[in-house]
Amino acid sequence: MKQEFKASIKRALNDANLTGALGKFSEAYKVNRTKAYEGIDFEELRGRIAEAKSSAACHLDEVAETFRTNAEALGAKVFRTRDPEEVKQYILKVARENGVKNVVKSKSMATEEIHLNKALVEQGISVAETDLGEWIIQLAGQTPSHMVMPAIHMTKEEVADIFSKEVNERLDTDIPRLVKVARNELRPKFLEADMGISGGNIAVAETGSIVLVTNEGNARLVTTLPRIHVALIGVEKLVEKFETVVPILDALPRSATAQLLTSYVSIISGPTQNDDGSTKELHIILMDNQRTEMAKDPKFKQALQCIRCGSCLNVCPIFRLVGGHVFGKVYTGGIGTILTAWFDELKKSEEIQGLCIQCGNCTQVCPGKLDIPEMIMEIRRRLVLEKGQPLVQKAIFSVVNNRKLFHGMLRAASVAGKPFTSGKFIRHLPLFLSELTDGRSLPAIAEKPFRDIYAEIEQPKGKEKAVFYAGCLIDFAYPETGVALVKLLNKAGIEVIFPEEQTCCGAPALYSGAYEVAAQNAADNIEALLQQDANYVVSACPTCTVALAHDFAKTLEAVGRNEWLDKAKKLSEKTVDLATLVKRLVDEGRLSFQEGAELGKITYHDSCHLKRTLKVSEEPRELLQQAGYQVEEMFECDMCCGMGGSYSMKLPEISAPILQRKLKNIKDTGAPLVAMDCPGCVLQISGGFDQDGEPVRVKHTAELLAERLKD
Amino acid sequence: MYEQFKARAVAVGAEVHRVDTYRDAVEFVLSFLKQESVAETSGSYAVWAKGPFLEAVGQESLAGVPGLGFEVTRERAAQAKVGISDMSFAVADTGSLVQDQAAPDQRLASALTSIHIALVPSDNIVPDKAALFSRINPGNSRYIAFITGPSRTADIERVLTIGVHGPERLIILFVDELGGEKK
Repeated sequence: MKQEFKASIKRALNDANLTGALGKFSEAYKVNRTKAYEGIDFEELRGRIAEAKSSAACHLDEVAETFRTNAEALGAKVFRTRDPEEVKQYILKVARENGVKNVVKSKSMATEEIHLNKALVEQGISVAETDLGEWIIQLAGQTPSHMVMPAIHMTKEEVADIFSKEVNERLDTDIPRLVKVARNELRPKFLEADMGISGGNIAVAETGSIVLVTNEGNARLVTTLPRIHVALIGVEKLVEKFETVVPILDALPRSATAQLLTSYVSIISGPTQNDDGSTKELHIILMDNQRTEMAKDPKFKQALQCIRCGSCLNVCPIFRLVGGHVFGKVYTGGIGTILTAWFDELKKSEEIQGLCIQCGNCTQVCPGKLDIPEMIMEIRRRLVLEKGQPLVQKAIFSVVNNRKLFHGMLRAASVAGKPFTSGKFIRHLPLFLSELTDGRSLPAIAEKPFRDIYAEIEQPKGKEKAVFYAGCLIDFAYPETGVALVKLLNKAGIEVIFPEEQTCCGAPALYSGAYEVAAQNAADNIEALLQQDANYVVSACPTCTVALAHDFAKTLEAVGRNEWLDKAKKLSEKTVDLATLVKRLVDEGRLSFQEGAELGKITYHDSCHLKRTLKVSEEPRELLQQAGYQVEEMFECDMCCGMGGSYSMKLPEISAPILQRKLKNIKDTGAPLVAMDCPGCVLQISGGFDQDGEPVRVKHTAELLAERLKD
Repeated sequence: MYEQFKARAVAVGAEVHRVDTYRDAVEFVLSFLKQESVAETSGSYAVWAKGPFLEAVGQESLAGVPGLGFEVTRERAAQAKVGISDMSFAVADTGSLVQDQAAPDQRLASALTSIHIALVPSDNIVPDKAALFSRINPGNSRYIAFITGPSRTADIERVLTIGVHGPERLIILFVDELGGEKK
């Protein structure tokens, strides 16, 4: 990563105002959003939105033409263009022909996208943003840091300074007073303006209507007072039917700001009268700027289902640390990364795509059902195709694709790590590696990997067999988790088979966009794991489980190795995560725990892939309770711990504060023990506690359960 | 539904009242104007936009109220403290009011003033947007306006602040005698 980008991250992380404001907001947002959606079937609602928007995206040109026909029949002038430059020329022409001197604007990300203000000001036209947040950043000469809350990064002190300069009077930091100043300053601008420019939250083809959603009431004034109204709308806002306005209005305010409805919604269908009796000139510009290309791309078509609520930013563990400006000048966060890659160019997303930790929080709340992490993975893949892998990464992955060499090196690392090892941890690394052990120790590589221990375990022979896929971390750092798994399954009469030829699941390569490498890993593992006829393929690492159950097929297909797909499907069907399998065995009465145990308080950390991809969260909790623990929930139990596989190596400065939050939330429960089902999370969280000094034990659920089996 | 509407509207900062007759409503409005010291001075006017209520009671019956005008120009509305207008529907589950505001005086009276008094037929409370959408039609209403509570912002430090560009108070007066939509 470039120094400049790393520096911008550092600046953001050190900005206490920014991280404080965003942190507080994201915590409140989660609670308030849940409350706002009370009594609503969110899955059903977003299903309707996604379907309607997807349908419009499939026939974008046709839907846009229907809109044009219907809006023009009502007297609006509709201009369609692919080119942002033409948008600016069109608006300047309208301004010129009407002698426009003053423009008032309500909030529009589409105008930000094409830097419209600059073009107007260059022609001597005065432009006032009237959304309070937008006005603040306009006066400050900044760009929005959030789609819905553009000035969320600024403090009242900063706003007071900026306003003081504007009104030539020393203002204090009383927020209602500052808001009043904005009202008084902007009111004459509304009354004098000869052109109002708005965006549009929805454009309805069958009625030619545009829908504007605001809280401040500025859009009502922008569309009422000036004699000309120009609405600039990205074509992704088009829907076919008027009835689709209902679900979007149900979701947009709830998801954006946790409101049941914003203060104002205006549905404008054709020009209205001005207050002097003349008819308003209504210009509606439908802007494409790559959206049609996006709609044609099977991987990115879903991006047009976005309703621009910004909820993906509000739940993002990275966004709440670094804010929007790290992402660039217009669209921010995960969705911003995708839009920048398309509206700007793929290259522009090269660095920011790396900010996504792939935790999947955004997929749970998105009202348009976008899979942002998946699209970011696709960006990574295309970047690697276009530019090749970075050299160091390429060297690493060439090793990963050679199992013998890879495992040989891991064994060697056990010895090489010795000088840095203290007990089970590596606490300090020298030189440029030191950031990796900043706030988190790394696990020492086990002296004896699981594959060596396995050979020594005596197992009952049975006809029910499970193939165990260990994954690198359990095999080489936490073999005790593997031993626990064998104990659990043996107890239920299942023989565990460990195919020696299994290798890295390919997740590190996949999440870096190196699909060819990941595909080779997939093929090698499919071969190894299907060689033995077994009832299950079980893993105690959710990331590996996701690789086996979902990613192998997708990866192989993406690189065109379709001859593997049948086998990948077969493997997928057999794959099960350990928590689910053990729960099933307990429910069937094949496994039971020692009775009457009171083991005290425990808290549980949900791992991203287990909870959000595999949808497993109740099973481990129930098992721990059945074993005798009392589960005490921590705050944000399903928030990412900051590990994210190689993420914590690439962006340790972001990973570390995410981990600190997690440690605090664990400590706040008062439980002396925290369980989780992912060895990656164990690595991150136990490494954190090793440096933190708090004596909280960190354990994989499998180990805790294996200890409590009935003899 | 009235109770649900009231709870939701109050939750977003609106004030909700209900009267039986036109006469009660007029009395409510006039005493309110008095209380707010509405007068024939700039900044203290009241504007009352034409609509079913005024048609029913007759504008002339309100003549001579100091500061109150029925010609809603932008100059007058910009200097008015109170704006009074009809709103056609109330949506119970969000506490919202809805009206076709294609005529600009409806918007001037409800957007430029500091206080907006909305007169709503008590029979026109609908449960939700789905029910509302069966009764509105963009084909013959060019500016369908939803108003939910007063104007608000949270753009400075996420602190909720009332009255940024639109009214800082929204007073909703249900009038039973206004009835409902003609069947």
